[in-house]
Amino acid sequence: MFDHLDPILLARIQFAFTISAHIIFPSLTIGLASYLAVLEALWLRTKDDSYMMVFDYWKKIFAVAFGMGVVSGIVMSYQFGTNWSVFSDKTGPILGPLMGYEVLSAFFLEAGFLGVMLFGRNRVGPKLHFFATVMVAVGTLFSAFWILSVNSWMQTPAGYAFNEYGQFIPDDWWEIVFNPSFPYRFVHMTMAAYLTTAFVVGGVGAWHLLRDRRNRGAQIMFSMAMWMALIMAPLQVFTGDLHGLNTLEHQPEKIAAMEGHYETRKGAPLILFGLPDDEAETTRYAIKIPNLASLILTHDWDGEVLGLTEWRKEDRPPAAIVFWSFRIMVAVGLAMVAIGLWSAVTRFRGRLFEATWLQRAAVAMGPSGFLAVLAGWVTTEVGRQPWTVHGMLRTADSASPMAAAAVAPSLIAFVLVYTVVFGSGTFYILRMMNKRPGAGNGEDIGPTRAAGITPAPAVLSTRRAGTEAGG
Amino acid sequence: MEFDLALIWAALIAFAVLAYVILDGFDLGVGVLFPFIKGEQDRSVAMNSIAPVWDGNETWLVLGGGGLFAVFPLAYATILPALYAPIIAMLLGLIFRGVAFEFRWRTQRGRFLWDWSFAGGSVIAAFSQGIALGALVQGIEVANRTYSGGWWDWLTPFSLLTGAALVIGYALLGATWLVMKTDGRLQRQVRRYAWITGVATLALIGTVSLWTPFLRPVYLERWFTWPTAAFSMIVPALILACAWLLYRGLTDRRDTQPFLAALGLFVLCYAGIGISFYPYMVPPSITIWQAAAPDKSLTFLLIGAAVLIPTILAYTAYVYWVFRGKVDPAEGYH
Repeated sequence: MFDHLDPILLARIQFAFTISAHIIFPSLTIGLASYLAVLEALWLRTKDDSYMMVFDYWKKIFAVAFGMGVVSGIVMSYQFGTNWSVFSDKTGPILGPLMGYEVLSAFFLEAGFLGVMLFGRNRVGPKLHFFATVMVAVGTLFSAFWILSVNSWMQTPAGYAFNEYGQFIPDDWWEIVFNPSFPYRFVHMTMAAYLTTAFVVGGVGAWHLLRDRRNRGAQIMFSMAMWMALIMAPLQVFTGDLHGLNTLEHQPEKIAAMEGHYETRKGAPLILFGLPDDEAETTRYAIKIPNLASLILTHDWDGEVLGLTEWRKEDRPPAAIVFWSFRIMVAVGLAMVAIGLWSAVTRFRGRLFEATWLQRAAVAMGPSGFLAVLAGWVTTEVGRQPWTVHGMLRTADSASPMAAAAVAPSLIAFVLVYTVVFGSGTFYILRMMNKRPGAGNGEDIGPTRAAGITPAPAVLSTRRAGTEAGG
Repeated sequence: MEFDLALIWAALIAFAVLAYVILDGFDLGVGVLFPFIKGEQDRSVAMNSIAPVWDGNETWLVLGGGGLFAVFPLAYATILPALYAPIIAMLLGLIFRGVAFEFRWRTQRGRFLWDWSFAGGSVIAAFSQGIALGALVQGIEVANRTYSGGWWDWLTPFSLLTGAALVIGYALLGATWLVMKTDGRLQRQVRRYAWITGVATLALIGTVSLWTPFLRPVYLERWFTWPTAAFSMIVPALILACAWLLYRGLTDRRDTQPFLAALGLFVLCYAGIGISFYPYMVPPSITIWQAAAPDKSLTFLLIGAAVLIPTILAYTAYVYWVFRGKVDPAEGYH
């Protein structure tokens, strides 16, 4: 029934779908884990229970998002083998150990201490609990480190040789781990996760400030998030630029696709918008700014910028997708910078919690980080095509010898299950975010919350006693 | 001194998979038993007994898979396509059960759905793992470094039997875990389940053990010719000893002994499979040494593993220590 379909295309769609669904969750949990550690540190230092209230608020959201990240991540760790077995056999000696380090140094750390962080505060006391929170945060960062090293090696392979089976084998581990694009990609993605989280937290804070500007929890969230936007968003633009220059050096065809350039020329214009057409090898309806691409990419008004026609047709990435996903990412990034600056002005005037238009904008921008992360990954992954290991191993030569009849049902199953399960999870998270910070957490959920809505003084005194009240 | 790195890694991967089977085994088993646990309160207690540890338990599965990719890439690249359908089913099952830990607390109206998701996902995951195991024991055809069999080769009467055996076996682990972690009415209930699943597990172990040697001549030879036939005496004898400990633990109403005895059964069965497999990584096609990555890969990861695996075991033990004792029904962060 599926025999007329291309099995490799199905496998690619399945991988793209499952990894896109997966990256949503780490984008939030990497940032939230660090945010929780900061909140708990502030609480330990100041003993201001507002911080603990905000901590508990996000801890529950973190737990739901983290659970979804774990189960969608397990899928990824097996999908290399099920659907990309030739890739696995050939790159296993190099990429396998990096992923092995991810499991050993990151996954166990996160999973082990997550239990203590979620359930153990009244069993281990505040100091050890803080330690557990920090370990979860460190685990998420280790995880990002290793998996981005893996991805970067596929983009800019280094430190390898081949053996008689055609496998990539390690030659220099330092060169492999710290391959040319890795530092840029690691910094860019970690900051992306922090920014994504900042805008989620800021959006939720703004949502509640719009209802009650004196809500202390919402004030903390919004204020901290806007500081992040102010400082982190411009830095992200800067690191993104460095990342782009690194890509220009190692994967110039990706840059050509991002820019919509088919012809190599000196003094190349920056194409703001247009419709790249791979067949006709031209970008239609292009709106250009003369010489600007040369200036940005080569820091020279008349610098030479390579076009896609420098490469054989079968070696080019599909330009239209890369061109547009790149623009979406950049647009979101610039909007984030704008929000940061806007918040600085209102904060300077002492009106941060009264600025309803800023808050409405922040609510609208709440999910923007996810869009930017997805668009960025589409840019770099589609831009790597037609290779899995850039310049070395083609995507078409990487797949399992799998029939379409086997892949099509699994793809359908993934789409259905992810839609139902992660759709429900997203709904629950949104519902939790709709709950007013500090409103108590009993309501309709859970017999284990014997305390229900605990009066504030009771919360204070029991916390001092080192127990966890009602949440 | 010369180390056989491939053999060391085979032992480490075997350890990771064993750790997975017994650790996630009991929490999958709690999922299998979930529909038979009546009452909101008891279900919540059963769930909370594993909530702090299930994530860590499941990480051993990622280590098993990721480790295979790292040190035996050829095995990873042939086993997973061969077992495509059961692996995908297992992953989907793990999704349904994994999210239920949080989701069921987030809704009142929809809680029964996530309870079913937890139970159904656990059964599917356990059954798929059992099928995968059975199919692997039966053997995987490999040609030119890729899987060369058909897409339904994994589906045989034997693999269906091992699938059922693992579901029941995990249920036994789950029941004895709950005997250890609960008291009162729930404990009496799960002790009865431990009886039922215990008897069924032993019957299934017997059936699978008698069937296995006749799947391949090499298995038969291993179990019925000297010197390896010595195992044929020792392993069944130890299994009987564990069965007796399980029986006594349940009749004497002990808390911990039934769980330890059930763990013993799993370790012994696992050892039995290991004896049949050796020296193959993918029977009957690929040996441990053929599947191994170059020494440089094995060494690089072994250095980390030598430091990190003991560390992981230490903090995992600490986490279990923190959550030791009976589950307090009033506890839980939800």
